[in-house]
Formats: sequence, C-alpha cells, structure tokens
Amino acid sequence: MSFVFYILAAITLAGGLAAVLLKNMVHCALAVSIAFAGLAFLFLGLDAQFAGFAQILVYVGAVAILVVFAILLTRSSDTPKDGGVFSRTWLAGLVVAAAVFAVIGWAVLSSVGGLPHEAAVPTVTVLQIGQALMGPYVLPLEIVALLLTVATIGAVIVAIHEKEDAK
Amino acid sequence: MVEKLDQIFVLLSHWLVGFLPAGLQQAAGIVIGVVVIVCLYPALFALAVLMERKGLGRMQNRYGPNRVGPYGILQPIADGIKSLTKEDIVPLSADSAVHFLAPIVVVVASFMGFAVLPMGRNMVLVDMDAGLLFYFAMGASTELAVFMAGWSSRNKYSLLGAMRAVAQMISYEVPLLLSSVAVVMITGSLSLTKIVSAQNAYTGIFPHWYIFTPWGFAGFLMYAISTTAETNRSPFDLPEGESEIVAGYHTEYSGFKFALFFLGEYVAMFSISGLGTTLFLGGWSAPFSFLTWIPSWIWFFSKLMLSICVFIWLRGTLPRLRQDQLMNFAWKFVLPLSLINLLVAALWRFLGEGWQRWVFCSAILLIAYVFMGLQEARSDHFGPRSYRYAE
Repeated sequence: MSFVFYILAAITLAGGLAAVLLKNMVHCALAVSIAFAGLAFLFLGLDAQFAGFAQILVYVGAVAILVVFAILLTRSSDTPKDGGVFSRTWLAGLVVAAAVFAVIGWAVLSSVGGLPHEAAVPTVTVLQIGQALMGPYVLPLEIVALLLTVATIGAVIVAIHEKEDAK
Repeated sequence: MVEKLDQIFVLLSHWLVGFLPAGLQQAAGIVIGVVVIVCLYPALFALAVLMERKGLGRMQNRYGPNRVGPYGILQPIADGIKSLTKEDIVPLSADSAVHFLAPIVVVVASFMGFAVLPMGRNMVLVDMDAGLLFYFAMGASTELAVFMAGWSSRNKYSLLGAMRAVAQMISYEVPLLLSSVAVVMITGSLSLTKIVSAQNAYTGIFPHWYIFTPWGFAGFLMYAISTTAETNRSPFDLPEGESEIVAGYHTEYSGFKFALFFLGEYVAMFSISGLGTTLFLGGWSAPFSFLTWIPSWIWFFSKLMLSICVFIWLRGTLPRLRQDQLMNFAWKFVLPLSLINLLVAALWRFLGEGWQRWVFCSAILLIAYVFMGLQEARSDHFGPRSYRYAE
C-alpha cells in the first residue's frame, strides 16, 4: 500500500461519491468517468496494463459517452432551478450504492478461499492474454462477440422504423 | 560521428542527468523527456499554423499573413501574445467548473500520446509493452473533454458541435483501431518500438515499411481517412463548421482557453501523424538503405511534417461533407473495408513468402474496393438529402 495507492483510491472514491450525491445528472456522469479513470490507474498500479488501458478505452472513451448521450436525449440534463449542489435523494443513492458494494464485497471475500495460492506475483504480459483469448478461451470470446453483434443489430432494428412514404 | 549525431539527444540527456546523485537520475531523465516534449510540440504548432495560413493563402490566391516580421513569419508570436492578453469571457449561465476544465483535459490528453511514440532510435519516453493500447486509451479521453466543452457552454451551437464531434469521433475510432490492428497482427506486438524495428530492414535498397504491402497500403489509406475525421480536420470539420454552427464546441471560449483548444487540435494532429508514421511509414527508419547515415530523428520529424503538409493540402482542396454522408462513409465504406483488410492481413501472414500472397492480397482488396465503391456511388446516399425525423 504505497502513497500513490492512497491518492488514487481517494480520487476514485471522491468520483464515486460525487456520482451518487450530485444533483446535476451530467455532473454525475462526469464524476463517474473520474471514478473509471481512477480504477484504471489502480489496475496499472497492479501491473495489469491490458486491464488498465482497456478500462480507459472502453469506460472513459465509450461508456461515459453513452451515459452522457442517454442523459441528454432523455432531457434529464436541465439544470434544477432550486439551489444547492447535492441531490435531494442523496440518501437513497448512497444506500443503493452501499448495498451494491456490500454484495460485491461479500462475493469477493467469500471467493478468496477458492483462489490458488501463488508464492510470487505472476507477471502477465499482453501477449499471454492474447494467446489465452485466442487459445483456450476462444469459444467464450466468440460467443460474447456474437451476442454483442446480435444486440447491436437488434438495437438498430428497434430504433429504425421505415416509413412508407419516407423520402 | 554519425553514430553520435544519431544519438545526440539521448547523449545530451545522459550528460545532463549525470550531474545529479544516482538516486534521482531516473526521475530526472523522465522529467527532461517530458519537458522536451512539452516545449517541442508547441513550437512545431507555431510553425504548422504559419505554414497552414501561408499555404492556404497560396492555394486560395491570396497572401496570407504578411505584416508581422519578414514574410509574416512572426505571426504565431503575435497571435500568442494576443490570445494571452484577451479577456477571458465565461458566459453567465455556463457551468463554470466544467467550462474551465474542458480545455485543460483536451490539451493534457493530446500530449499524453507522445509518451509512447518512438521519435528516433532509443528516443522513446516510456517503452511500454502495450504502447499502442495506451495511445488509443489516451486518444479516447479527448472525446469526453469535447463534450464537456460543448455542454458546459450552455449554447445551442456549442452543444450541436459537441454532439457532432462526439458522434464523428466514435464512428471513426472503429476503423482507426481496426486498421492499426492489422499492423499489430503482422508484427505480433503492441509495443511501438517493436513495430518500428520490424520495419527497419531492407531488401536491396528498399525498406520493409508496411505501406509497401497490399494490406499496409489499404490500411494506411483508411488510417489517414480516420485520423482526418478524428482530429476534426477538413473535409470532416463539421463539428466546427463555421458556416453552420459558428465554431462548434468552442464557440463560447475566448482568449487563452480558445488558444488551448487550438493547441490541442494541432497537438492531436502531430501525435496521430506520428503514430501513422510509426505504424505504416517505418517510424524513424530511412527510406533507402544508403540514407541510413542521416540521424533517425530527422527522418521521424520529416515524415511527421510531411503528413501535416498533406493535412493542409487536403484542407485547401476538399469541400466539407454533410453529416449523413460522413456517417454513411464511416459505417458503410471505411468500416467494411478495414474488416476485409484485417482478413487480408491474416492471409498475408499465413501464405508465407512468395509472389502468390502479393497477387492474392492485392486482388482481394482491389475487388472489394471497386465493388463497394460502385455500390456506394450507385446508391442515393450521395444525392440530395432524405429526411427521416425532420420534415
């Protein structure tokens, strides 16, 4: 537990808390992307380069944008008129977040016993991850890819209705 | 002597670091690298802006800047002083915190990419195992910053510009990544130094650059198209289309914050040109085997500036696309072609040495290009606009 870890943990926690507590929805989305970035740097601190960069690429680059677009398109982005920075329902948000955290924490803690005991920290390179994905885990990878493709096509079909007299 | 000149910056950095105690040397080396990058690219930015204004003036039959200094070469300095002294206006209804942060995030994220670019032999700040992934991760963060700028300004034009920019950047990021993945497949590594050293070999006098292979040529073209869109350059400059939405997402920025957006755009252009150079044009390696005595960093920066000249030339030549044309082009032409290119790269890898792979790979790409081009030209996407939601 180094000094850097505490800084990153503080940033991540602050981002997460702000995402739950703030009133303006777009601020929440931006705060959650700070938490994503903090998590990515924590991964990098654990020498997990692939996980860290993939986290930034996918979550900060794509998921945060998706969240922001969803907020803007559903018109939840209007600034609330009454003053104050914090959301009125901050307590509910905090309780839900704490409950989710408790469930995940319980799952992680109860699965610790099942993990193999490694004497030394294993060094995993991106090459090894690639070979694992293309070798033993190629079937799950392909299934996930197919699922995502189907979901994308489904979303497009739901979103587009062709009008008869479209010009 | 030639060896010394090639490594002059590396030796200089070692010499400077040598004055410090052993414990601090590594950190000092990194600081020197960062300072050089942060100073060098803004200087190149000033040069590129002048080149662009002069060059565009030439193409459009006018003079361009010619008042400040001889032939107007001091214009960038005048511009810099002007933007520093101008009033910094923040709209009353703007979200001041986000409005303040957006230009900073744009500039920081644009500069991060240089950390992994090899700018010469042994001249890379961090030789990372997953360098390419790092680069794209940093590039992806600018999208959020552009959105922050547009949304926090509370201005219709800003928001429209930001939405356009984000939609465009997300659409063209897919072919950008896919065309780079072909290079990774052939090299077998995500490390940019390994990608350069794989291309730094010669057959006769000709280099093994990836652009001189069928898949590399196709990949480079798609990479170039995607980077032009990714950096919001003409003909893909809809996010800041002056005739439609004032200046897009940075409409409400003035003074030095506007200058930061401008700097961020050019720095992103430099770094993405540098990446293209590294991936397809052999990085710092010389174009002919008898030219290897010229220092490696000269080659890298020559290729970089040549790419910038092509960007400027394109801006002076092509008209701006329409939003629907832009999207159709990305999803129906560039993306399928880059997927086919991925398959062709795999074929190239497994057909082995010999003339067959040249014939097969070129034929597949050529047929795909002609077929898809004809289909696109025949469809009505490039004709008058058809409205679906606004009538």
